[in-house]
Amino acid sequence: MTMRDFDYRRPATINEAVSLLVSNRDAMLLAGGQSLIPDLKQRISAPSMLVDLARLQLDKIKIDGRTICLGAMTTHAAVASSKDLQSMVPGLTKMAGLIGDLQVRNCGTVGGSLAYNAPDSCYSAAVLGLGATIITHRRRIAADNFFKGAFATALEPGELIVGIEFSQPGKSNYEKIRNSSSRAAIVGVFVAQGEAGTRVAVTGASRKGVFRQTALEDALSENFTPAAIAGLTTSSENMINDIHASAEFRAHLIGVLTRRCVAGTVR
Amino acid sequence: MPQIRIRVNAREQTVTVENRTLLVDLLRETLGLTGAHVGCDTSQCGACVVHVNGHSLKACTTLAVQCDGAEITTIEGLSKPGAALHPMQEMFLAQNAMQCGFCTPGMIMSAVDLIRQNPQGLSEDEIREGLEGNLCRCTGYLSIIKAIAAAAPLMHSRTMPAAMKNCK
Repeated sequence: MTMRDFDYRRPATINEAVSLLVSNRDAMLLAGGQSLIPDLKQRISAPSMLVDLARLQLDKIKIDGRTICLGAMTTHAAVASSKDLQSMVPGLTKMAGLIGDLQVRNCGTVGGSLAYNAPDSCYSAAVLGLGATIITHRRRIAADNFFKGAFATALEPGELIVGIEFSQPGKSNYEKIRNSSSRAAIVGVFVAQGEAGTRVAVTGASRKGVFRQTALEDALSENFTPAAIAGLTTSSENMINDIHASAEFRAHLIGVLTRRCVAGTVR
Repeated sequence: MPQIRIRVNAREQTVTVENRTLLVDLLRETLGLTGAHVGCDTSQCGACVVHVNGHSLKACTTLAVQCDGAEITTIEGLSKPGAALHPMQEMFLAQNAMQCGFCTPGMIMSAVDLIRQNPQGLSEDEIREGLEGNLCRCTGYLSIIKAIAAAAPLMHSRTMPAAMKNCK
């Protein structure tokens, strides 16, 4: 056994899940478990209780006109294979289909990815790029106010994500350079243009986690072509520098991937 | 310790597990189903892939308690003892798609899910992408890809109900 033991509950209602979380010190929520279970094995996390969200029926994709809602427990595989989402938000389904591998996508969830907010999380880039709203059991948080640095979010203790909501963008695309082993983003860029304006969200690159590259956004909002951002560079300050890629290379990739996103955007 | 009810390879079972028991350990240590292998224990290699409620997943990154009430299929349950092999197993044999065989159960379980999810058929590139969660250290990928491509049409014609075959 590599993990410390813990209590395990699988409540049937959101209220029950929240009260278990609030009344048990060091309790953690279990969604798809694809980041949490590896963390438990390495004892990066050692919760007293896991509250499994599998029975809360939060796995629905709802589309009402141009408004799209994804339940927090929607898997990456369900998002990637949704025909409606493929035609409405091709950048989102492409992003979901590039996460991990088929088995990880069959388990991993929207809400789990957002709550964990790893600095190389693909979902964080998509949600920030789409200007989505994160809906918890008691409030709505704009993506611009949700991500607070690597592994940190605006979620308060005892707060549970129930889903995300966003408007269909006019255009969306995602490009990433994958770590050849983990398939995580060495750099990932999500570009969207719509009601929320022109947005460029970058993951995998910065030590501070996902961020918006506003210089690229400004140039693209005037002229949505790869040529419009040809001369723009990103500073390598704060970029991750590791065995996979240097800080300078990551900074360079942001421009490359943004141009690829724009060039490849159909709608 | 908690008790869970699971259906493994079409057999109902009630088993006692620790909350921290991994699904792969329950299968191998308690139920004696040693077909799912532990290669890396870090959800990279795919040797432990089984199906839970029809979807392939890594049994080293799933808690047994999460599977309470679930239907689980392992490589041992893919075909009935004494009966014909599953088309994917047949094609792995026909193409000699294994060398040491350690990755084979996981490869086959992943491949079956991949083909089920894609009845429209897959290109060679798509099969390669679909296998990204399974590693073969003997580097036998070419014959594995050939086996999966050969099994795809067999799986869809054999699993199609007879009534549907008549209304093409």
